[in-house]
Amino acid sequence: MNEGRKEVIQIVFLLIGIIFLFKLFFIQVVDDRYKDLANGNAIRKEVQYPVRGIITDRNGKLIVYNNPEYDLMIVLHEVHAFDSAQFIKVFDLSPLALRELFKGFYKEIKNKKANSLQPYPFLRQLSNLDLAKVQDHIDEFPGFFIQARSTRAYTSKAAANVLGYVSEISKGQLESDATKIYRQGDYIGQSGVEKYYEEYLRGQRGVKFFMRNKDGVIKGSFDDGDSDTLSIPGQDLTSTLDLDLQEYGEYLMAGKAGSIIAIEPETGEILAMISGPSYDPTLLTGKNYSSNFVLINSDTLKPLFTRPLMAQYRPGSIFKIAQAMVALQEGVITPETRFKCDRSIINCHGPHSNEDLRGAIANSCNPYFWNALKKMLNQGKSASPFEDTRIGLAEWDKHISSFGFGKPLGIDLPNEKGGLVPSPAYYDRAYGGRPWKFSNIYSIAIGEGENLVVPLQMANFAATVANRGYYITPHMVKSIGKSGKPLSPYLEKHFTTIDSINFRIAVDAMERVVMEGTGQYRASLKDVIVCGKTGSVQNEPRPDHSVFIAFAPKKNPKIAVSVYVEFSGQGARAAASIASLMIEKYLYGGTKRPQIEEYVLKGKFL
Amino acid sequence: MLYGAMVLWGWLNIYSATYDVNQSIFDLTINSGRQMMFIITSFILIAAILIIDMRFYETFAYIIFGAVMFLLLLVPFIGKEVGGNRAWLGIGSFGVQPSEFAKFATALAVARFIGSVGFKMDQLRNQLFLFGIISAPILLILLQKDYGTAMVFLVFVLVFYREGMSPFLLLVGLGVAVIFILTLLVENNWFLYGTIAFAWGVVIFISRKKKLKRMAVITLGAFVLVGTIFSVDVIFSKLEDHHQKRIMVLINPELDQLGAGYHVYQSKVAIGSGGFMGKGFLEGTQTKLKFVPEQYTDFIFCTIGEEQGWIGSIFIIALFITLLFRVVFIAERQKSRFARVYGYSVACIFFFHFATNIAMTIGLFPVIGIPLPFFSYGGSSLWSFTILLFILLKLDAHRMQVLQRI
Repeated sequence: MNEGRKEVIQIVFLLIGIIFLFKLFFIQVVDDRYKDLANGNAIRKEVQYPVRGIITDRNGKLIVYNNPEYDLMIVLHEVHAFDSAQFIKVFDLSPLALRELFKGFYKEIKNKKANSLQPYPFLRQLSNLDLAKVQDHIDEFPGFFIQARSTRAYTSKAAANVLGYVSEISKGQLESDATKIYRQGDYIGQSGVEKYYEEYLRGQRGVKFFMRNKDGVIKGSFDDGDSDTLSIPGQDLTSTLDLDLQEYGEYLMAGKAGSIIAIEPETGEILAMISGPSYDPTLLTGKNYSSNFVLINSDTLKPLFTRPLMAQYRPGSIFKIAQAMVALQEGVITPETRFKCDRSIINCHGPHSNEDLRGAIANSCNPYFWNALKKMLNQGKSASPFEDTRIGLAEWDKHISSFGFGKPLGIDLPNEKGGLVPSPAYYDRAYGGRPWKFSNIYSIAIGEGENLVVPLQMANFAATVANRGYYITPHMVKSIGKSGKPLSPYLEKHFTTIDSINFRIAVDAMERVVMEGTGQYRASLKDVIVCGKTGSVQNEPRPDHSVFIAFAPKKNPKIAVSVYVEFSGQGARAAASIASLMIEKYLYGGTKRPQIEEYVLKGKFL
Repeated sequence: MLYGAMVLWGWLNIYSATYDVNQSIFDLTINSGRQMMFIITSFILIAAILIIDMRFYETFAYIIFGAVMFLLLLVPFIGKEVGGNRAWLGIGSFGVQPSEFAKFATALAVARFIGSVGFKMDQLRNQLFLFGIISAPILLILLQKDYGTAMVFLVFVLVFYREGMSPFLLLVGLGVAVIFILTLLVENNWFLYGTIAFAWGVVIFISRKKKLKRMAVITLGAFVLVGTIFSVDVIFSKLEDHHQKRIMVLINPELDQLGAGYHVYQSKVAIGSGGFMGKGFLEGTQTKLKFVPEQYTDFIFCTIGEEQGWIGSIFIIALFITLLFRVVFIAERQKSRFARVYGYSVACIFFFHFATNIAMTIGLFPVIGIPLPFFSYGGSSLWSFTILLFILLKLDAHRMQVLQRI
């Protein structure tokens, strides 16, 4: 009667064993979730923030460096009951503020932005001062620890716009970050050099793993520290800026809107780039970043707007040099060609009547360039005046573009604008398909009309003339890390479509502008030949923008400058004065003409 | 051999579970050191068991049973409270749990009764007497609120089954357990009533011999199941809070990871993180950092799962299955009914511990305090399992001397 019951019992035993094996196989081998959970349990990750690369000027002077800053981190799992009265005292909080901090933290946990097992920044950016006090007491609050990182500091208030600022990565940036390098709370360059060279400056985050037991007590390093990684500091940058020149430029620009750019023509290195008005870069670091940012950003003078790269102006008279180059290259005029200063179509200024090319540039003769452009655009290649202009304009376009106009030059800064060089297609759109010819578009002859340039392009143009026909893309960083070299695009010469011989004529003419022409009084220097060109960009009904480009010395130029001062009249006044002062400062370390400096600083140009 | 391997492995694992860099495995102040002492005393016990005449166990079965029951009776009055259960009788700094010894005492008593002359399993009087024997320790241990150990004695039903009891009771018991859990899972009890009625109809229909008595039995079974559903709420409300939670957690493991579900959750994390090969001896992070509570006793299997991985788990399960089969084999070759019944009791007690313990560590069974034989830390349980096993071996050694009595 009991036969087979032994087997039934054995089968039950075996069955249970097999069920266990399957279940174990699933949780141990198939399901990886438990490994992560186990690590989350037992391992506390501490991020070791890298030190961001520092930035020096071309002479090795420190501009941007790092200040240590400390965050108070919390690991909720490791927190035990603590004396909140003491906590409030040590961290200088009100009871309400502490409650709010915890409330915020719990909310982050609820939103899965934080968890109770891993560190979360509880109180950010304790100042150095706080730290001394905190360090003595931190052991009284298990589950809290201090994490060191650094924030940006500046030796000078200069160049805030071009150097840019660093702040915590935003939610949007984090989501669109394809590299997956960044974590919430990381700092990232937000503008200027800081943004453009982010990948070099940021360095690499390190991690330290600690083991802790179930009560959250740290039991030493995990794996004897074998899995820990050291943080790798970011690479230091040597900027092309000359800090003295930069500071001097900002001093001259004080109270004005506009920009100054100084370039070393031979290398394309930017010696100074001033955007006025500027702001104090220190405001955008540390604890008060957010409130200061709002303040700066809402300023009606737009200090965060980098004028040298982003303000698009009509080029004005300085464009006449480019016109002359194109006309010479196309062979429609020679240096000796004269045009009558017939002011019936287009107005002019100053006493002159029948100049050759050099004279026309020196006197900025408008009718001359009207004639030159007419010859250039209407070369008679087609019987139709419309078609002829179209062919001529396409050719003109090609030449003008070769100066780097009409598209961003490719400086190593973000948000560079390209300006505009009108092409046949542009006018087709503008005229809605209706025909157009020279008489419709002649304003471009004197740098008005549809042309748009940014100040950087004009400085680059001055450098191109100084180089007699080529330029190296202007750049801000001379050397990355210990390489001693800039990025490769900044070693390449870009030749224009104009022969070098034609540039000599431009150089001569620009010398005459300063010696005897429109720019003489405020732009000429005693010890060196300055070549320049004035410009006044019309802004009816407001005053003109004062524009000046220059380079010096004539032979072997060391510095090329473009200056824009908004709403301050003729180029010969504000802009020419500033340009010459910049040249003087750079070549001789200071000015011998205090009256000019005073004139600029007073700012009464009209 | 098997015994030696298990005890040694268990010892190493207890060492790992309580591991601290500065302490030696022999240090008497930590659990592995004490377990070593228990192991040594077990050898003394073994020697004693093997020396005592085999007839002693059969002759004194009732007396031993009675003595242990008396101790159990004393426990609620003079016992020490450890971990919420008043189950310990203190002797110096070491405590013993009489409930552990009740296992072999009950096994002896049951074997003695079934082995007595003229015993017939199909007599209702005999069956009731057997249930009387096992309900004595169950009730006494329930007084100590040690529900886990009390449940061990239910496994004797399996022994009764082997000795000729109708499987009907086992099936109804299984049915009651399944329905109990289903009632907790399914909101609307009418689904369950419907299913029972349907099952009842099907069973009646396929029964070929439509005898009245059989019909009555089946109908009775159905009513018991229906009664279970009604009783769930009542029983549940009578259980203590933490038991209620443990059962609910089993049904929904994610329910309360930091509270009632903490044991199971951490235990599964530890075992699950072991992977295929394990993290290596003394390398388990969960083990070393004590995330699983009571890891050296009831949750010792976590240590194996984490440090030795799936391979280690297979090995340990294989070891237990081998042991169980070996015990059944020994039981089957006994000439006396007493020895055979005792052998089955041993097998079933081991089985219950093994199955329940591992099931609870991997979340298949509610957490109840059931040690893993030979592995879990604890003197009483090690001694108790040793006594259980070696009385059987003693009986086995003399099996040829036994006169055929039946």
